[in-house]
Amino acid sequence: MANSSVVDFPKNFTKALNDPQLRHNLRSAMDTLGMRRRTLFSDPVSFEQLRATGDEIRQRALRQLPELLEKLEKKCTENGIQVHWAETPAEANQICLEIIQRHNAHRVIKGKSMVSEEMHLNHFLAEHDVEALETDLGEYIIQLDHETPSHIIVPAIHKNRDQIARLFHDKIPNTPYTEVVEELNAIARKVLREKFLAGEVGVSGVNFAVAETGTLCLVENEGNGRMCTTAPPVHIAVMGLEKVVERLDDVPPLLRLLTGSATGQLITTYFNMITSPRKAGEKDGPKEVHLVLLDNGRSKIWADPELRQTLKCIRCGACLNHCPVYTRLGGHAYGYVYPGPIGSILTPQIEGLVNAGAMATASTFCGACEEVCPVKIPITDILRRLRNESYQKVDTPHAVKGHGYKLSVIESLTWKGWALNNMMPWANALSAKLLGLLSAQLPRLPKVGLLKYWGQSRTLPKFAARSLHALAKEKGLRDE
Amino acid sequence: MNNARANILARLWTAISPDDLAPFESSVAGSALELSRTERVARLKQRMEAMHAEVVITSANGWIDALKATLRQRLLNGLLYAPDTALGKALAAVWDSDLPPLVGYTETIEQCKERLFAIDASITSTQGGLADVGALILWPDSDEPRLMSLAPALHIAVLDAAKIHDSLAQAIAHEHWREKMPTNILLISGPSKTADIELVLTFGVHGPKELIVLILDG
Amino acid sequence: MPTRPQKVYYFGTCLIDLCYPQAGMAGIELLQREGVEVLFPQQQSCCGQPAYNSGFPEEARKVARQQLKAFPNDYPIVVPSGSCGGMLKHHYPKLFANQPEFAEAQRFSGQVMELTEFLVTVLEIQLEDRGQPIKVTWHSSCSALREMRVIDYSKSLLRQLRNVELVELRRERECCGFGGSFSVKQADLSSAMVSDKVADIEKTGASRLLSGDCGCLMHIGGALDYQKSLIPAQHIAEFVWERVHG
Ligand code: SF4
Repeated sequence: MANSSVVDFPKNFTKALNDPQLRHNLRSAMDTLGMRRRTLFSDPVSFEQLRATGDEIRQRALRQLPELLEKLEKKCTENGIQVHWAETPAEANQICLEIIQRHNAHRVIKGKSMVSEEMHLNHFLAEHDVEALETDLGEYIIQLDHETPSHIIVPAIHKNRDQIARLFHDKIPNTPYTEVVEELNAIARKVLREKFLAGEVGVSGVNFAVAETGTLCLVENEGNGRMCTTAPPVHIAVMGLEKVVERLDDVPPLLRLLTGSATGQLITTYFNMITSPRKAGEKDGPKEVHLVLLDNGRSKIWADPELRQTLKCIRCGACLNHCPVYTRLGGHAYGYVYPGPIGSILTPQIEGLVNAGAMATASTFCGACEEVCPVKIPITDILRRLRNESYQKVDTPHAVKGHGYKLSVIESLTWKGWALNNMMPWANALSAKLLGLLSAQLPRLPKVGLLKYWGQSRTLPKFAARSLHALAKEKGLRDE
Repeated sequence: MNNARANILARLWTAISPDDLAPFESSVAGSALELSRTERVARLKQRMEAMHAEVVITSANGWIDALKATLRQRLLNGLLYAPDTALGKALAAVWDSDLPPLVGYTETIEQCKERLFAIDASITSTQGGLADVGALILWPDSDEPRLMSLAPALHIAVLDAAKIHDSLAQAIAHEHWREKMPTNILLISGPSKTADIELVLTFGVHGPKELIVLILDG
Repeated sequence: MPTRPQKVYYFGTCLIDLCYPQAGMAGIELLQREGVEVLFPQQQSCCGQPAYNSGFPEEARKVARQQLKAFPNDYPIVVPSGSCGGMLKHHYPKLFANQPEFAEAQRFSGQVMELTEFLVTVLEIQLEDRGQPIKVTWHSSCSALREMRVIDYSKSLLRQLRNVELVELRRERECCGFGGSFSVKQADLSSAMVSDKVADIEKTGASRLLSGDCGCLMHIGGALDYQKSLIPAQHIAEFVWERVHG
């Protein structure tokens, strides 16, 4: 999932924090998305009811996951959709490539799909002489600039119009420089229309797959997803295997939660439900539809009841939009495909703690993500679990890959000492007294060790001469 | 590669817990909207207009005239239509020579892709509408293929007011979708749009730039 | 609404104990003013949150056990902090899940109430403002806001004070970037967050920053001080006690 195997989080973070343009772009975009969501879900009572429903639908689907996957496969197959299973991104890529090669295709047009990003599909196809063109406007923009999405819903949100204007002018032949958003859209429309005509295979993601009917649901505003799934003779849909839901009736509440949480829309322009390839007599639509089910660690996550909740995610991006850390860093600093709160819980579980465990430290546990999550994922509890397993070797079958990687004698001893001090009232009283005395000697603590980091933007607190324990005793407060 | 399926399913089935197999108790109650026909029409219109669709309320007798009036205001190279549907036949019967020529979607996409993408406008029927969110339901079929509502820059949709449902949930239930899912179902709430550049909303990025809905009410 | 008790336990929190005892005492005074006897177990220490959030649940449990022991009776446990309150109320049952003390932890959690909520809902406190006119602003700690959900109570206390004008922050719901060990382990991020918070505070024109959590106050107060701001940061209990005490 990483663009390079080792992600230098501190360096990335510092770089992002020192980019005022980025912070400005992000801040205003996240404010707007947050505001739109709040307007849509303005009634807290009905929102809570709706998200309780969403949570329940996702839980119900997950607890029957193996059964529903089998059912989905059966139904899809009956409908004429060919189902493929992949344990790893490499396998999924290979499946896609074989389908593409079987049709002697070299031009793939793609709708937005985070799973395809997880697979690094475009890169893989390019190595095999297949051009995969992103057709979602945001994805198209970043692909032109050889970047990855910085947000799971609005992938080019880190860029402003001037940057996009320059990019179009530089990269698209005969394109005048314009900062007018409508004109930029028109330029993309023109380029991509031609590509839609020429596309030989369409690739898309899947927002929900309905097991009872074998239906693939896609949510979008632009229509490029419809193009990719309708115009070329072959459609390949890639999906994480957790995206299955049990019934058609589960779709309406999830759809409302997804569009509302993502962009504050009651519904997107298009909701596209695909149940079969082109039938005899039909004039358009792909003749072949393939569904690639990707595991990539999900079945392992699923086995643990707490971690499993990660898989309830419907990828709405609301947790990113409301995260004070994401708002200041943007997606690229995280170094992996999924950024923000959802990325910080999902990525370490897939990539292992050694590679991505640091993502779990990039949180104050403020809980803003959980407050908006439409399927009530206990994000902070899962982050805490990842922190715990970073320091402890765990003796359960569901331990996160790389558990115990941070095992450090010094840190462990520090916390042991802290615990001892706080377990024994006499020790606690003594240290309070000592600190009180100390502060009388030194107006401020010296800036050493971790305190140095504190001191880079904050002065240190002073210890009180007498602790609350002492004052309470003086005041004659009793105990019982 | 063929082992992937077996391996994944084996991992899942082995890890399933007794809790997963216990009956699932639902604790949330749904609250359904109940609207009158007039309210449904009004709400759909208001919502779809908010999404920049143009909504015209007309009648079973008057809609073709309304359509003609709309078309006469524009310069269009043709109107893609479905010649074998009732709607298509009704149009063909009364078409005037000063109007954009009717072009039937009669060949497969492989045979007509270039031409299809060059036509300015299209007209389709609809399966129904959704009042609560303001959207059309389309069930494209062999007569009215999927690209009709996507390729042309102007899409005109004809909607029978009696077929507007309160919500998607209601449409799925009342029309028994699960028993007869077609190749493709579409919900369409307006012209194609994007907000990918600085979240500035602009219309007509890949699909239709304009959507006109003719509601036949009475 | 729980009935008005005669006695309450007071959980002072370790940060108040060491650095802000005057805020802790103000909370005690306010409770006593309402005729409630305040019990202060000398055996109490820290709620355990620092270790709990840093990846050391075993150490957190050891410390938490000590609190379970220190508060054996069924009196309400009043806490002048949303953050420690959240730990005691919402995380103890998780921390002791599958532990022999689970029932005890649930008992304990059920008794915990944040100070301002207790003053407003249980004691129905009425405040008479004896202070000079002042403009203040308010920082909601994330746990007071999202775990304990007591911000409305805290602000209602301020609104009872006739001469106090409350000017709200533009981003009142945004975290100040403290997050315990986050403030040093992710010092750059934390600094970026608190600088924005300071700018927001400065913009209100308030002459004091109030909050119900000493963690945030230490953090934001430290940043205000570092930036040579003249706005002091103060715990709400101390402020309210000053206003009514005269
Ligand atoms: S974790 Fe929740 S809020 Fe975040 S993307 Fe997933 S569903 Fe949306």
